[in-house]
Amino acid sequence: MEKVISWIDARFPLSASFKAHLSEYYAPKNFNFWYYFGSLALLVLVIQIVTGIFLAMHYKPDGDMAFASVEYIMRDVPYGWLIRYAHSTGASAFFVVIYLHMFRGLLYGSFRQPRELIWIFGMLIYLVLMAEAFMGYLLPWGQMSYWGAQVIINLFAAVPFIGEDLSILIRGDFVVGDATLNRFFALHIVALPLVLLGLIAAHLVALHEVGSNNPDGVEIKKHKGPDGHPLDGIPFHPYYTVKDILGVVVFLIAFTAILFFAPEMGGYFLEANNFIPADPLKTPPHIAPVWYFTPYYAILRAIPPMFGSQFPGVLAMGVSVMIFFALPWLDKSPVKSIRYRGPKYKIALALFVIAFVWLGVLGVLPSTPLATWIARVLTVVYFAFFLLMPWYTRNDSYKMEPERVNDK
Amino acid sequence: MSEISVDGSKRRFLVAMSTAVGGVAAMGAAVPFVVSMMPSARALAAGAPVEVDLAGVEPGMLLTVEWRGKPVWIVHRTPEMLEMLGKHEDKLTDPGSENTAQQPDYCQNPTRSINAKYLVAVGICTHLGCSPTYRKEVGPADLGADWPGGFFCPCHGSRFDLAARVFAGSPAPTNLVVPPHKYLSDTKLLVGEDQAAA
Repeated sequence: MEKVISWIDARFPLSASFKAHLSEYYAPKNFNFWYYFGSLALLVLVIQIVTGIFLAMHYKPDGDMAFASVEYIMRDVPYGWLIRYAHSTGASAFFVVIYLHMFRGLLYGSFRQPRELIWIFGMLIYLVLMAEAFMGYLLPWGQMSYWGAQVIINLFAAVPFIGEDLSILIRGDFVVGDATLNRFFALHIVALPLVLLGLIAAHLVALHEVGSNNPDGVEIKKHKGPDGHPLDGIPFHPYYTVKDILGVVVFLIAFTAILFFAPEMGGYFLEANNFIPADPLKTPPHIAPVWYFTPYYAILRAIPPMFGSQFPGVLAMGVSVMIFFALPWLDKSPVKSIRYRGPKYKIALALFVIAFVWLGVLGVLPSTPLATWIARVLTVVYFAFFLLMPWYTRNDSYKMEPERVNDK
Repeated sequence: MSEISVDGSKRRFLVAMSTAVGGVAAMGAAVPFVVSMMPSARALAAGAPVEVDLAGVEPGMLLTVEWRGKPVWIVHRTPEMLEMLGKHEDKLTDPGSENTAQQPDYCQNPTRSINAKYLVAVGICTHLGCSPTYRKEVGPADLGADWPGGFFCPCHGSRFDLAARVFAGSPAPTNLVVPPHKYLSDTKLLVGEDQAAA
């Protein structure tokens, strides 16, 4: 065995890579609960890729056959139901894990200097993931697939001057049709996963270059021992691989429970209308996107048309996602972690979380005048969190973070 | 070898020029790929006009036909429905159909039609492309006592009257589109082709 490894090592940096990224990658010793979600995201990625490959063996990306081929997978393919439900549950699980992973960044200032690029790569991953989810949702070719895609593609049509042509370019037809389904399939299973893998590699390379942040927001590289390793760091393997395996076990218990007992999650993971084949002539009475898009959808609906165009609402929705990119430069606090920040940031973050969750709830509900007004107030709170951040983080009270991590 | 002198500005010029030429070539190579995503010849051919027989459309009834993959409504408006149209013009965004992109010239009139009896409109909401529901009853509980009959979009709550004109305050910015159409006879309608200039 040793001979084989040294044969490989002379030709490929196998042991060196293992050391650099696992057994001698020193991570802060004070990781807590919030640090499970990065590795869980990788696990979900693997689930999605594996189940996706096997689904592609039976699925037909054709306007006349797609819906029936999904039902064929569900009824006739041995264990097809399991693979399909694992893929659809995995989509929602991906967003659960990613939203918690992003919230961790907000808690402990993980996006702050010198980790701006990690955050930017992460946001790009999030955007690709949204595109993956949106395009994948068209493939079952149910009523929600069809009309959801119709609404989202029409968002692009609202762009001034080029919008109409842009939406035709995306659809490949004047309405959502076979051409749209076929290209979404190609993008969903080939193009976007390749981009996603590249971005994840960049995310991890950047992370391993600067090193992980931690709940104290302390830079552990400032204090190194005589061996050159950070005093507050422990090797990722075996310490954090073991911790993450515990996370995997707990996650899989929840994941399989949903998979076996509530794969549709009462209509939130797979909507009832999507069990009706796509009908271009009839819109279902109530259209709502899947839960992970609803906060942005509520923002879209909250903005009234201005100057005879719905572009302001579309713009607000786009900006509400893109504004996350600016976070590293909006936060002016001298400390990173919420543990050492003052009340202003804590209140702002709490209000932001409330606004995000309630916008998500409103995005699922039908629009009423009252709901629209609540959504408008929450939209203001949402944007205020970002736009006022330079002001309230600069004026906030704070305690200087300790030199070394708090080890209780 | 004697000392080689490097002409830095020449080197930078050559690098910049080859980058620019390569960039242009890459853009040129991208054209066929991007254009291949536009509607194919088959999709363009599917836009042929559709002939509709109006004989079976009873007063008050809505008939949906498919043209270019979109739903096109034909509503047989009763005299009572036509009378209602003039009563709520102050509540509309564009009562006079001033936005000329939303209907052909020959339908820029109070009923937005050639023959007032029949409304012909593309049943796709000008907000985000859902298909509104036909709600012809006057003053139903869920739409309010002042509802004159029309179309209600279930997605985002846009409201249109029976001439497919949008009510102010709806998310939809404009009236529904009236497609080009012409009458071949009293009971034969052709959707997708303009009538000859009168």
